[in-house]
Amino acid sequence: MSASTSLPTLTTKDLSSDQEVRWCPGCGDYSILAQMKKALTTVGVPREKIAFVSGIGCSSRFPYYMNTYGFHTIHGRAPTFATGLRLANPGLQVWVVTGDGDGLSIGGNHLLHALRRNVDIKILLFNNEIYGLTKGQYSPASRLGTPTKTSPGGSFETPVRPLSVALAAEATFVARTVDVDVQHLVGILQRAAAHKGSAFVEIYQNCKIFNDGVFEYATEKSVKADNVLYLEHGKPMVFGKDRNKGIRLNGLKPEVVEIGKDCQLDDLLTHDETSEEPTLAYLLSRFAHDESATAVKPFPEPVGVFRTVRKPTYEEQLDGRIAEAVAKKGKGKIEDLFKAEDVWTVE
Amino acid sequence: MISENGSPGSAAPTAAPPPATGANGRPRRVEEVESITIRFAGDSGDGMQLAGTQFTNTSALAGNDIATFPDFPAEIRAPAGTLAGVSGFQVHFAATDIHTPGDALDTLVVMNAAALKTNLRDLQPGGILVVNSEGFEVSDLAKAKYKTNPLDDGSLKGYKVIRVAVTKMTRASVAECKLSTREADRCKNFFALGLVYWMYERSLEPTLRWIREKFAKNPQYVEANTRALKAGYNYGETVEVMPVQYKVAKAKIPPGTYRKITGNEAIVLGLVAATQLANKQLVYASYPITPASSVLEGLAELRRFGVKTFQAEDEIAAVGVAIGASYGGAVGITGTSGPGVCLKSEAIGLAVMTELPLVIVDVQRGGPSTGLPTKTEQADLLQAMFGRNGECPAAIIAPQSPTDCFDMAFEAVRIATRFMCPVFLLSDGYIANGSEPWKIPAVDKLPRFEVKHPTEPNGAGWAGPGHESGADGESGGAGKFLPYRRDELLARPWAIPGTPGLEHRIGGIEKQDVTGNVNYEPGNHEHMVKTRAQKIENIAQTIPDLAITGDADADLLVVGWGGTFGSITTAIDRARRKGRKVAQAHFRYLNPMPKNTAEVLKKFKKILVPELNNGQLLWLLRAKYLAPAEGLNKIQGRPFLVSEIEAGIEKALS
Ligand SMILES: Cc1ncc(C[n+]2csc(CCOP(=O)(O)OP(=O)(O)O)c2C)c(N)n1
Ligand code: SF4
Ligand SMILES: [Mg+2]
Repeated sequence: MSASTSLPTLTTKDLSSDQEVRWCPGCGDYSILAQMKKALTTVGVPREKIAFVSGIGCSSRFPYYMNTYGFHTIHGRAPTFATGLRLANPGLQVWVVTGDGDGLSIGGNHLLHALRRNVDIKILLFNNEIYGLTKGQYSPASRLGTPTKTSPGGSFETPVRPLSVALAAEATFVARTVDVDVQHLVGILQRAAAHKGSAFVEIYQNCKIFNDGVFEYATEKSVKADNVLYLEHGKPMVFGKDRNKGIRLNGLKPEVVEIGKDCQLDDLLTHDETSEEPTLAYLLSRFAHDESATAVKPFPEPVGVFRTVRKPTYEEQLDGRIAEAVAKKGKGKIEDLFKAEDVWTVE
Repeated sequence: MISENGSPGSAAPTAAPPPATGANGRPRRVEEVESITIRFAGDSGDGMQLAGTQFTNTSALAGNDIATFPDFPAEIRAPAGTLAGVSGFQVHFAATDIHTPGDALDTLVVMNAAALKTNLRDLQPGGILVVNSEGFEVSDLAKAKYKTNPLDDGSLKGYKVIRVAVTKMTRASVAECKLSTREADRCKNFFALGLVYWMYERSLEPTLRWIREKFAKNPQYVEANTRALKAGYNYGETVEVMPVQYKVAKAKIPPGTYRKITGNEAIVLGLVAATQLANKQLVYASYPITPASSVLEGLAELRRFGVKTFQAEDEIAAVGVAIGASYGGAVGITGTSGPGVCLKSEAIGLAVMTELPLVIVDVQRGGPSTGLPTKTEQADLLQAMFGRNGECPAAIIAPQSPTDCFDMAFEAVRIATRFMCPVFLLSDGYIANGSEPWKIPAVDKLPRFEVKHPTEPNGAGWAGPGHESGADGESGGAGKFLPYRRDELLARPWAIPGTPGLEHRIGGIEKQDVTGNVNYEPGNHEHMVKTRAQKIENIAQTIPDLAITGDADADLLVVGWGGTFGSITTAIDRARRKGRKVAQAHFRYLNPMPKNTAEVLKKFKKILVPELNNGQLLWLLRAKYLAPAEGLNKIQGRPFLVSEIEAGIEKALS
């Protein structure tokens, strides 16, 4: 290896660190790592300008495996370190890797505030609906009834819906994808990379050991098409093996309809990811396959970009204020600073 | 500015020059005294902090040495007139070098009965008591829990009482300004201030100028406050409220240009100066908390100096942002008080582990828990020392006075960046809000330190771990960057993300020395624990020795740290003037302590350690040096009185 390793085009090998990857065999994290490398080969950012910041959890080991800059921090607080990194070093592309426990439980507060401030960081929430690293306790994202060591008889806490939270926090980019849906995953990562402002991506991730198969309905070939709604901007919301099902709005209530039987293609909801109003995105974030989570009937779970809008980032605004202050009164010198108060001279 | 129109000694009031004779034609006696301690006390809404600050500024501009002590309630506005709502501001101004805001008051100004009740005990027998007689109505007396009116029941006969109908006269003075009664009453503090200016022969001009600037947008307020101030002054003059005026001459202080500065202001300037001179971006992240908030507020004003401030969602986020900023190549600083330090502890441990620069400003207040939020204490020393999981040493330094906050803030940045470690700057509420004159340093005379960042891999010449290698151990090589390859003082290189060829990963998991790779090997862990500790010890090689002042052959060494310096120094001066043999050593560096500490402690048979806590430095000195030290402890949310330390010295010597 030589010092000037910032190749014009990166290969996935350039992006691999020399550290042995230590997730369990079959863990969904492997796929996410591989797709991340693939995605970064195309975004045109040299690897020294990329930093991964993570909290604590299986997922948060991610930075060690990327040959970029990386900071494995403390449980739940990754968005804060990432924010500081951006304030100091606005030339970097900063990714945050967090888990459902890390990001939604102990770190829920920081997630909320990073998103609302629109700090230019890309937050990837690896959602396996379980605490992996601590060996399988239920998480705030575990669905009702999930039996774990700390929820004997099944969890009875209402789970948090990560995307609903992100939207409520005014996130400017909100998306969902799935660990094994490799092409979709790469595409979403690329779009997150291109977004200016905070991006929030929920990635369904299988924990082979402690929560195996929770997302099978969204990954298993035979059923996936009926259970997943691929969101495409400007397109009607159609899904199903036979592409004959869709989503229609009945008043404020969404419903699953059969095209040709209940309605025509034109009657379906059209996806608009760029809408200023997050209402549609929020509605979509409520769709759950799991009957326990919705009162009506199971919905297909949307994947893709729910919302993407351009708003000034925190850094842009802060830098703007600094430039404004300098323009108004000139760049400050230490001498002026010392004498900002009344002074007197003793001879 | 005074320095433009000649010497500050031309302190004659320009608005109302002091006549050689009183208004009634009789010559007025002017008595020269060495120093005066005065306190303004009233309801939180009475503007006493402002009156005190103005009096201080004017005295400083007149060339006195000054020291101040603001004391305010925890509630912003406790019910008006109650004991809980009393706010005070004490000024000590002198013709000599002083170190404290004074023990007993020469003069007390009270705006209501509650202020009298809570402050009278500090007034010297025979002292001057200026009372707003209209703050003693039946309801005021009830709120202050007085059964009889102290103005009439003879209980004040030991003092020189000056009764003034402040409210009535203030209203009369601003009658033409078309203000509401409420607005008119807000000028009361200026009337009282004007009167006090007369008592001490002070110029009105600095305050008049302040009023003009402050209320530039409201000409009617400029007019009203100006009138109230002058009316107070003229009242003193006309009725000759006192037979004598007191005069405090200019202090003989070293030549130079001065300004008044509080501890927190000095921290702001120190942090900015240090980072600017080192060419580093300053990122200050904080969550508001008394008494540290004014550092965040002060820095937020300094955008044109390139300063970046960040008001975080909590203290954990604040320290996270600061550490993230340091990782990114800026100097990350976070500021708080004790409860905030609790929240930051885990992240400070991460900074210890990842060996990144971090300054933690802890402006201590009374604890535990919420404790006494607006009162001072020195009880976070052991928290800074030990309050984290694992073996987790950080540097600790403590300013000894408001102006020393500048130097020590500067030092904090130097140490953090030189040694790649967290540094606690332990200030306290007393020096944070207290003020004194600060000789403005020449920028080119300020200490310089260079901050280096590698641009090339450093792996050449390193073949493998010196101790038993762990599973992830790997060798170096010319093209490799080794983030934990240390320099002679054990500091690791600070590589900034964005630098090609130096991509590396850091984190809170134990790492192999030199390579920084994750490592769980037992020998490595012990080696790293000892290395991190030794690195902090190495700071001692770059700090001054502990100085002994006073009598070299003293019978007693008095050892303090941080903000108690002024009271201890004054007490020792007095004891020595009485013929006692006493020496002083004061710690500004607490971890590590200066190299010669053991040697200093060994020289004395008796050691007294005054602290505003239950004996924390004492604990460290006994544990580290087996020193035969005794504590002198005050834990009342208030600074030491000089007399309390004097008494402690006497007792220790008896
Ligand atoms: C302050 C603190 N509390 C608790 C832990 C223990 N802990 C480590 S990871 C974790 C949960 C991780 O779950 P998640 O974020 O979902 O990550 P996963 O392992 O599932 O990827 C917990 C509770 C810790 N490291 N630090
Ligand atoms: S415990 Fe689960 S999440 Fe963690 S590495 Fe193993 S499979 Fe992956
Ligand atoms: Mg998880």
